[in-house]
Formats: sequence, C-alpha cells, structure tokens
Amino acid sequence: MFRIISTSLRTGILTEARPFDVHPSFGFPVIDFNRCTACGECARACPTGAIETRTAEPEVKTLSLSYAACIQCRECVSCCPEQAVSVSHDVDVAAYTREQLAQTASFTVDQATGRATFKELVAGPGLSLSDSAARLRERIHGRLGRSLHVRQVDAGSCNGCEAEIAATANPLYDLERFGIHLVASPRHADLLLVTGPVTRNMEIALRRTYEATPEPRIVVAVGACGSSGGIFGEGTYAAIGGVDRVLPVDVYIPGCPPRPQAILNGLLVAMGVRAARVGPAPVNG
Amino acid sequence: MRSAIARVAAALGVPERSVRDRRAAELVVETDAVALPALADSVSTGLDGRLASLFACDEREASGRFRLHHVWSLPGLRTFLDITAPIDPAEPSYPSIAAKHPAANWFEREVMDFFGLAPAGHPNPSRVALHDDWPDGAWALRKDFPHDRAVPRTPGDFHPFRPVTGEGVFQIPVGPVHAGVIEPGHFRFGVAGEPVLYLQLRLFYVHKGIEKRFERLPWRHGLFLAESLSGDTAVGHALAYAHAVERLAGAIVPPRAQALRVALVELERIYNHTADIGALATDVAFTVPAARAQALREGILRLNDELFGTRMLRGTIAIGGVKRDLSPQGCERLGARLRAFEREFDDLITQLIDAGTFTDRVDGTGILSNQAARDLGIVGMAARASGVDADLRRDHVYDAYEGLRFEVPVEKGGDVRARLMIRAREVEQSLLILHQVLDAMPDTPLLAPLPERLPASSSALGWVEAWRGPCTHWIATDQRGELTRVKVTDPSFFNWPGLAHVVPGNIVPDFPVINKSFNLSYSGNDR
Repeated sequence: MFRIISTSLRTGILTEARPFDVHPSFGFPVIDFNRCTACGECARACPTGAIETRTAEPEVKTLSLSYAACIQCRECVSCCPEQAVSVSHDVDVAAYTREQLAQTASFTVDQATGRATFKELVAGPGLSLSDSAARLRERIHGRLGRSLHVRQVDAGSCNGCEAEIAATANPLYDLERFGIHLVASPRHADLLLVTGPVTRNMEIALRRTYEATPEPRIVVAVGACGSSGGIFGEGTYAAIGGVDRVLPVDVYIPGCPPRPQAILNGLLVAMGVRAARVGPAPVNG
Repeated sequence: MRSAIARVAAALGVPERSVRDRRAAELVVETDAVALPALADSVSTGLDGRLASLFACDEREASGRFRLHHVWSLPGLRTFLDITAPIDPAEPSYPSIAAKHPAANWFEREVMDFFGLAPAGHPNPSRVALHDDWPDGAWALRKDFPHDRAVPRTPGDFHPFRPVTGEGVFQIPVGPVHAGVIEPGHFRFGVAGEPVLYLQLRLFYVHKGIEKRFERLPWRHGLFLAESLSGDTAVGHALAYAHAVERLAGAIVPPRAQALRVALVELERIYNHTADIGALATDVAFTVPAARAQALREGILRLNDELFGTRMLRGTIAIGGVKRDLSPQGCERLGARLRAFEREFDDLITQLIDAGTFTDRVDGTGILSNQAARDLGIVGMAARASGVDADLRRDHVYDAYEGLRFEVPVEKGGDVRARLMIRAREVEQSLLILHQVLDAMPDTPLLAPLPERLPASSSALGWVEAWRGPCTHWIATDQRGELTRVKVTDPSFFNWPGLAHVVPGNIVPDFPVINKSFNLSYSGNDR
C-alpha cells in the first residue's frame, strides 16, 4: 500500500491542462486550389472516394474533398504532380452535417491547352455552421448544462475509434473534468457516440439503443466510417454506411480514427461549449 | 525445398510430383474432395501440421467448379501447405474434418454460410456467421451475388439458444451493445447462481463484407482495407496483405524496410499488451496500475505519432516496403524512450503481481489446458500461455526476423495469470528486438519496385505474427491481374471457441477478466 501511494505521489498529475493546444504533425489534408489543376490524380489515388472530380461542362471542372470520408492515408499528398496537397496540423474538426465537411472548387478549362485553373469555391448545400449550432442549441434547450452522459455504440467499427474513445478517459485527457461521463446504459445517456459503418447486423440493435435513450437524445457520429461509410463503402450487402443512414446525426467527428482531443472537441461542440470547425481553412475561403 | 517436398509426399502417401512448389515456403497438393479428411489426418499426425486457414473460392466462371483450400502450417519444415480440391456445383458438398480437427469447425460453417457448400459429417452444421434474419440460399461470396444486394430480413429474430432447465438455473443475456467502450457481440450465459454452466457466443454483428469488398478494390487500395480489419492490428493485417501481394509480384523488400516493419509490428505489440495489462487491472478494480498502464500506452501512441505521424501506426506499411522512415535522431529518440518505458513497465508488473488482491483474482481463473489449446487449434499469445510453443516470427520467418535474437516465451498455467505474464514477457522480447533493429539499421531504399499489374490467375499467402497471433491473407488474381478473392484469417477466429470453452466452471464476475485476458477482436473475426 505504501509503495502504491509513493508511486502515485512520485508520478504527480498527468492530466494536460490544455489538450486542444496540441497540434500533431499530421491532421487532415488541405488542397491549395491556386496550384491545383484538377487533374484528378488525387481522386484516383483516394481509396475512399473522399476526393472527386467532375466535368460538368467542357469548360468547367469541379473538384471536391470530403473530410467525412477522408481516412488520412496521405496518398493524395504524395501523388499530386503540382504539390498542391499538404498536411495540416488541424485535427479538431467537427460539423453538424455531412455537407459541411465537404468543400468543392470549380475550375475553368482552357479549351486550347486543356489546362484547368481555379475559379472559385462553390457554396455547399444545406445549413451554415451557425444555423446548425442554433438549431441544436434550441433542441437541447439548455437541458444539458455542463454535464453530459455518453453511451458509446459500436455499430460496425474496426475498433480503432473505440480505442481512441477509450483513450479520452485516460489520465492525460481525462474527459470527466469536462463534465463528460461514459455510462453503461442508453437509459442513463444524453448522447449516443456512434461508430460505423452501421452494419446490417447492428442496425436493429442501434435503433433499439436509440429508442431506449431519453429525449433530447443527441447522436454523434465518430470516424470516417461513422460519418460516411469510409473504406467499407455504403449500401453493400453487409454495410449500410454512415450513421446518418439509420439515425438523425447532430454532430460528425471525422478522422480515421479521430484523435482523442478531436473526439473531446466534438463532444464539447455537441454541448455548445466549443465552436464547430469544418476543417482547415481553404484558400481564398 | 526438395527435402520438404519429399517429406510432405511421404507423410501424405502421394507421389512427389503431386506436391508442387508454388513459391518459397508455400507447397500445394491438388486432390479430390473425398481425400481431404485422410490427408488432414496425415498432415496433423505425420507432419505436426496446424490448420492455418480453410476457405472456398468460386471459380465457376473459369473452371466450372468451386475450390476448397485447407492451408496448414508445417513449422518443422518452415513451410505452409495448401491442400486444395475442386467441388462440383451440381453437388455442393465436401467431407468435413471438424470432428477430428475442431479448429476447422467455424471455418467449415463459414464456407457453408457464404458459399453454400455443405460440410458433410460436420458435428454441428449450423450457421456461424449469418444471423437468423438472413434468408436461406443467399451466398454472399459467390460471384453471382451482387456486392450491393439489399437482402430482405426474414421475419422472427429469435436465436435458438441452448435451453437451461432446473431449479435456480437461468440464462443471462449480454450484448450486443455492451456496458463498456468495446465491440458488439452477444454472450448467453447459462448459470446456476454464480457459477457458469455454459457460454454461447453470437458474433458477426460487425460483419462488414470485407472479403467481398476486396474483390472490388484495386490491389493497391486493398492495403487500406487490410489496415481497417481490426483497428488495434493495423500493422499486422496491412503487413500480412503486403506480404501476400509482394510474394505474388515477386517483389523483394529492401533490408531497411524489413527492419522498420519489424520495429512497427513490435511497437504495435507493446502498446496493445500494455493496454491489456491495464484493462486486467481495471476489471479487478485495481485502479492505480490501471491508470499507470493507460498512461504508458498513451506514451507509446504519442511516440508513434511523433516518429511516424500516426498514433495507431496506420499508413506506415507500404506494399513493397514502408512509407515512413526513421532518421538517426529518430532511432536514438525511440531507443531512449523505450529504455525509460522498460523501467516503468517492469515496475507496473511488479506492482500487479505483488498485490495479493490482484493475484487472488487471476490465479487459476479461466484455465485453458494445454490439451484443449492443442485440440481446439488455439493460436498466438493465448496458445503460448497454455504451453503451445508456436510463433510465426520463428517458425515461418519473414522480414528482418531471420537475423534477430529473441525468445518465444511460453507459460504453462493457461489461466489469466499466464496470459498476463506471457504479455509481460513478450513486451520484454519486443524491446530486445527493437533495440537490435535500431542499433543496426541498414542503409537502403524503403520501397521495392512493383509491377503495374499483378501476375494474372495466381495466388499467394502472406502471414504475420501480430500481437494476438497469426494474421494470414490469401489472395488470388483473375485473368486481368485484379483481386478475385482475398481470404483473411484473424487469430480471433481460432480463439473465440477457446473462450467459450474455458468460461464454464468460473463465476460470472470473473467473466470480464477472462474475456479481457484473451482480448479477442470482433471486427477481425466478423470481417
């Protein structure tokens, strides 16, 4: 007993005062559209279809990047002939809709040379971040205050997201100091933290867990697969896809897997404590 | 290789010319399905073979047949042996080997679930992978089954669990959604008060159709799917897949990449073993070492992040080599951090095994006897904790392990304590391996050149002894050199039946700690 106490005293406090000040060497990729020629190399290299190019008209091309589907593999960074894709140090990404996590740029194609040059960013469909935030705030009606009980549901994940969710409870991140508590039953929960892709075999269990959760139940989708189906795809015989294919999702935390501070950040976004950010700021944005 | 062929031929009682040498350390014997049980007996008794995988392929388009593969590990000959037989679609059945070789039990039922090929004579030919609401006659891994078919649910969702009768005897249903932050699965306990009479497992809740998905991905992208088979084994599975592709393409991985691969897979072993040791402490409510283990694990993940830009080592393995290098300063930093880790880790283990309150809970709990481990074909760390001396790093050498000095620890007890101590001793060996690798890092490129296309209509096996045990990937290409079949075997698929075997006789409150001592993957099992 004495040795246990002395070890604890020697170890001291491990919990980090400012987890969000950590900027790891690799976050999400950022495309410098001014250098990008929409050649589509990155779209071909992307294993999840997070990057797509379209030729809408002969003289207009678009390129879109969705952080919801990005598994942070960095293939787009290494394959780009223009060196237009770089890695950001940003990880605290969370949004209220799948659309908010995507950015689309349009390009003008020179008919003589075939070369595409960046024209403008195309506004995405759906609600803005502030409108979404206001809606969620209204739905919660201040009922959550500064405490949040979370039930985690693995609806098909590879267990990578679970490992990082569990890490948020370790002594270094210590999610309980934010008033967040992981609970054993959906009946005790304010929020479901759901990983995916939702499988056919977990769909019923996921719906029943949701039904067992008292109102206003918040749903947070975690990971590339929870946000979009990720590498496993959507609509296969076994994988339904993103959590929003089955339940209404309030907050998305992309990443493969999202780091512990990104998960903490997303939970605090759901509580209205931190502001949502849809990824590294785009050029000319 | 000559003598290996001769010995295999002699043990199987077949002419030497029928044992083909597909590639280094991979022999093939073509046979008829009817001969499979006798050959399985010969492999197991005459060659000390261990079943490494069993699976089917739909080759009806090319040859009009299905094909069944029994893949055996022959550690004495340092080779794998693939015994393969065609199966006529008009008579979709083959003789089972499960009664004599229980390791084949789930494999054969899975072949039935996904290919509709029946194992004749199987002692329990019921579904293992398909859930009760899946209709009969829909075989997802057949080529004529579209990957995106929406299969309607058949009504009625009640699984016929084994009944319990008698006064004070009842069932406890647990899951699929569990109380902790863990993967989903259903456990059905039959109990008489506290003691467990039996445990039935219902898994495959996280079946994502991964093997079918591989068939639609370009082979280069298959690596990312392999990385996501089981989140805590990203390196193990990615490396097994990369090995298979490299063997198929004849690519020789440069020595520096081989050394870095060893470093990566050992770092994965260390962070997982440390996490499990902490989780065992958590499950017996010994909070101080639990918190210390979590902090130690976080330290390794951050070190991974600092050195390779990824916490759980995703995106480090490349087909043909590795994607991340270590600078001389990085090697030095890793070495220094590992020395500091070792002191802390030793202290943690001492703290645990010196505490009577802890050892009371783990000694003699959840015993898997050596006999049971052998009979059930238990693999990896769990097998070594029950006295089974098997490790692919030594028995089927790959990457830089050939030139490294290390021991394969074996424990005799087979209880939770043994599975804890095997982890502690393996971490010690991993540190030894890492220091050797860091001290003599070869100076070569990181990537082998790869062909644009893979060789057409060929197959290869890749394997890795990951932290849980052997991960094997068998891949096959079609006439265009694209993936036509990928069979993934996760160690958990062998070991789940072992868990169900050891729990009866223990009390319900000991289940979490027994379960954690195996720490099996659901995602790797269910795929």
